[in-house]
Formats: sequence, C-alpha cells, structure tokens
Amino acid sequence: MDFLELRWDIIWNYRELFLRGIWITILLTISGYVGGIILGVLIGLGETSKKKWIYWPSKLYVDLFRGTPMLVQILIIHLAFIPAIFGQSYGFMVSGITALILNCAAYNAEIIRAGIQSIDKGQMEAARSLGLTHSQAMRKIILPQAFRRMIPPLGNEFIALLKDSSLVTVIAANDILYAAKVVAGAYNRFWEPYLVAALLYLILTYLVTKVVAYVERRFSNSYNPRKKKEGRVAS
Amino acid sequence: MIKVENLHKHFDKLEVLKGIDYEIKEKEVVCVIGPSGSGKSTFLRCINLLEEITNGAIYIDGVKVNDPKTNINDIRTEVGMVFQQFNLFPHMTVLDNITMAPMLIRKLSKPEAEKLALELLDKVGLRAKADNYPQQLSGGQQQRVAIARALAMKPKVMLFDEPTSALDPEMVNEVLDVMKQLALEGMTMVVVTHEMGFAREVADRVVFMDGGFIVEQGDPEQLFGNPQNERTKAFLGKVL
Ligand SMILES: Nc1ncnc2c1ncn2[C@@H]1O[C@H](COP(=O)(O)OP(=O)(O)OP(=O)(O)O)[C@@H](O)[C@H]1O
Ligand SMILES: [Mg+2]
Repeated sequence: MDFLELRWDIIWNYRELFLRGIWITILLTISGYVGGIILGVLIGLGETSKKKWIYWPSKLYVDLFRGTPMLVQILIIHLAFIPAIFGQSYGFMVSGITALILNCAAYNAEIIRAGIQSIDKGQMEAARSLGLTHSQAMRKIILPQAFRRMIPPLGNEFIALLKDSSLVTVIAANDILYAAKVVAGAYNRFWEPYLVAALLYLILTYLVTKVVAYVERRFSNSYNPRKKKEGRVAS
Repeated sequence: MIKVENLHKHFDKLEVLKGIDYEIKEKEVVCVIGPSGSGKSTFLRCINLLEEITNGAIYIDGVKVNDPKTNINDIRTEVGMVFQQFNLFPHMTVLDNITMAPMLIRKLSKPEAEKLALELLDKVGLRAKADNYPQQLSGGQQQRVAIARALAMKPKVMLFDEPTSALDPEMVNEVLDVMKQLALEGMTMVVVTHEMGFAREVADRVVFMDGGFIVEQGDPEQLFGNPQNERTKAFLGKVL
C-alpha cells in the first residue's frame, strides 16, 4: 500500500457527513450515559437491598444486559420492542438512546453496587449507632465515600459507551461510523474513511480521558493523602 | 436502666447467646470479660440492636428495644457505641465527625454543635486536631475522637467493644484515661475489654462470659480475687 496514493479529498467532500456523525455520536453517548447513570444508581442501590423483591429484579436486569451482546439489544429494541409497544418506530435516535441507556445502566449499576459494598461495614454501623436512619447513613456516610471510588470505573464506562455507540449504525444511525461507510460505498475505498473514523473516535476518547482525570483529581480521596498515592501506584 | 431478659441470639444455626439475664443500673460501670468467641461483642451489639435479637428481651429505661413498635433510631441516640476499629468517617474532619449527628438528629445549629464538639475535644485532649482528617491521627487519638463523637449525642449509656485492642501498647493508656474520667463523671458504661487492670480499677461489676452464658459475675475484688467457677479460674489463670 502506498500512502501517497491515499485520496484524502474524498473525506473533505463528505466533511458535513462526518461533522454530523461526530455530533450524533456525542449526542448518543451523552444521552445514553446520563440516562444510564440515573437508572444505574436506582438499580445499583436495588442490588444492595436486603428486600428480595427489590434485589432480584435488579440483579436479573444487570445479568440480562451484561450477558447479551449490545448489538442484539439494539436490534431487539429497534425492531421488536419499540414497535410492539408504540405500534411504530421512532427512528434510530430514540431506539439508539434507549438501547444505550438500558445497556449502560447495567454496567453502571454494577459499579455503583461494588462501590457501596467496598465501604467497610463498620461505617454503616457507626452511623446507625449514632441514630441515623439507613437512608441518612447512605446519604451522609456511605455514598460520599463510595462515589470517590466509583469515579475511575464510571469514567471507563463512559469511554466504553462512546465506542459502543458505533454499534447503532446497524439501525442506520448517521454517526461517525455511518459517515465512513457512506464514503467507502461511494468511492469503493476503505483506508481513508475508516482511518478517519478511527481517528475521530480516538480524539473523542482522548478528550473524555482528560475530563475523567480532572474529575478524579478534583474528588478522589482528597481527604486522604496516603491513599491517593497508593492509588496512583496501583493503576 | 438496662435490663436483659433471657437473651438468645442465633446466627443461622449457630447459637451464640444462650440465655443471658442481667441488669445494669444507672451510673454503673460493667466490664465484660471472657475468651474469644464467647459472645461478648454479640451481647453488646444486641443492646443497641446492631444485631437482631432472636429471643428474649432488652429494656432500656423500661422501653423494650426489640419491640416492633419501638423506634430503634430513638433508642440508638441514647446509647453511644465505641468500636474496636474506631470507625471514624474518613471523608470528614474530626470536627465534622462529631457535629454531624447532633446537627442531623438533635437539630442543633452549626455553632451550637461546634461549641459542643470543641468542649468534647477538650475533654479528650484533642482540640488542636479539630480540623484534621482521621487518617492524620494516631490510633489512640482516633479512638478518643470516636468517644467524643459518641458523647456528642449525650447518650445515657456508653457501650465499648474492646476499645483498646486495635491500639499499639503505648496508646492504650490515653484511651483508658478518658474512659476512667467518664466513669468518674457518672456515665453508665458497659465495657468489653481484655484490660484486666482497667476492669479491676474502674468496674463496679465484672461479668465473665463463656460459651454464650454469663458464667460468673460480681464486684472486681471478688471475681478477680476469689473466683468460684472453674472456667473463670482457668480463664483468669491464663490472662492475669
Ligand atoms: N455476623 C455473624 N455471623 C455469623 N457468626 C457470627 C457473626 N458474628 C459473630 N459470630 C460468631 O459468634 C460467636 C461469638 O462472637 P463474638 O464476636 O460475640 O465473640 P467475642 O466474645 O466478642 O469474641 P472476641 O473476643 O474475639 O471479640 C463467634 O463464634 C463468632 O464466630
Ligand atoms: Mg468481640
């Protein structure tokens, strides 16, 4: 292969398609993630519940969505689930965001459960022995500590979701990958469009990494200089 | 003030407390001693319902704690607890550790709560550490803060579960001194401990537990000086 023969001008001709692709990818990812956090917190708390009728549905949900491929989830939601409930499809955006939210929530729930359960049980006992209710203890004592530990894995999940959002092209979402496919089809050339798509994803994930690192520095174990150092070594 | 009647506690099939009857009077200091696994911690934790009671009853000031109608959170505000592992809240300063519960539950204003917290820190000799985080303190200092935190709720009773067992030997006395002071001020205290010197000096009564029963109890001179039960004798022979 000779790089000098690569024709970058074909990308330029389709620049608007790529720009829209970037926008769609960002929109899908952010909507999916924000929804995934909200739903994930509820399900994650559900997974730590002692009440069986809360615990089991939460656990089942997580197992179901982590145990099946996202591609299959997207197709089921778009082609079967949404038409069955609403009698029609609302397009790739609605289906795509729904699928990303539902999938992301399962992973976030697991992170939130693990974060809560990583807090020493003496913390809850100390809080309860002072007379705090379970939910007061959660809010004041457990969650603030757990949250700091959740930041790195939640950041990883954001990056994973950004990349996985490319699966939504399968239902014809015009995201970054879709733009590449169109160019590839139009010119019957593959290096240029897919390299550009890869580069665009790389730039986006890089930016997210920076944001996550900032948030982590801002919140992570700020009360504990010693642990902070240990954490760096470990990672 | 605390009355324990036929207290039984099972962990699944394991019976840990096999029928405890005991009464603790106001301003009394009771030390609980006994071999590992005899159920001392479990007994203490049943008093503020950190463990569910399988059978029997505990009354605090006449209120049955394991009655479904009793608000357990109200009971717990009256019963302070100090843990072997301190269990300070690492994301809060020493001051916030102490003021959190009084503000949240007793509805004290921030200045009121801070004034109270600083008084208590004076009492345990740690006013200078108010703005530090728990990790910046030694074990003995952390345990003194934990005592101050419990006292901030103005409890009627204080429960101590081996408060000095996780400490380096040179820090044990600073914590015991705070507890002695508390005893002198007339606090009702139940102390699970391996510090026989402390029990002998401070306790009004000593309880020896073994195998889920109270095997023997009495004032310190009698229990340490002239134990009646064979198991008590064997245990004291090993630890004294
Ligand atoms: N949460 C629990 N689940 C199951 N078994 C338990 C639990 N907590 C305690 N036990 C068991 O109950 C018994 C009594 O435990 P407990 O902690 O009350 O003893 P202890 O007298 O405080 O001992 P130590 O001096 O070692 O602290 C032990 O056999 C212990 O293994
Ligand atoms: Mg114990």
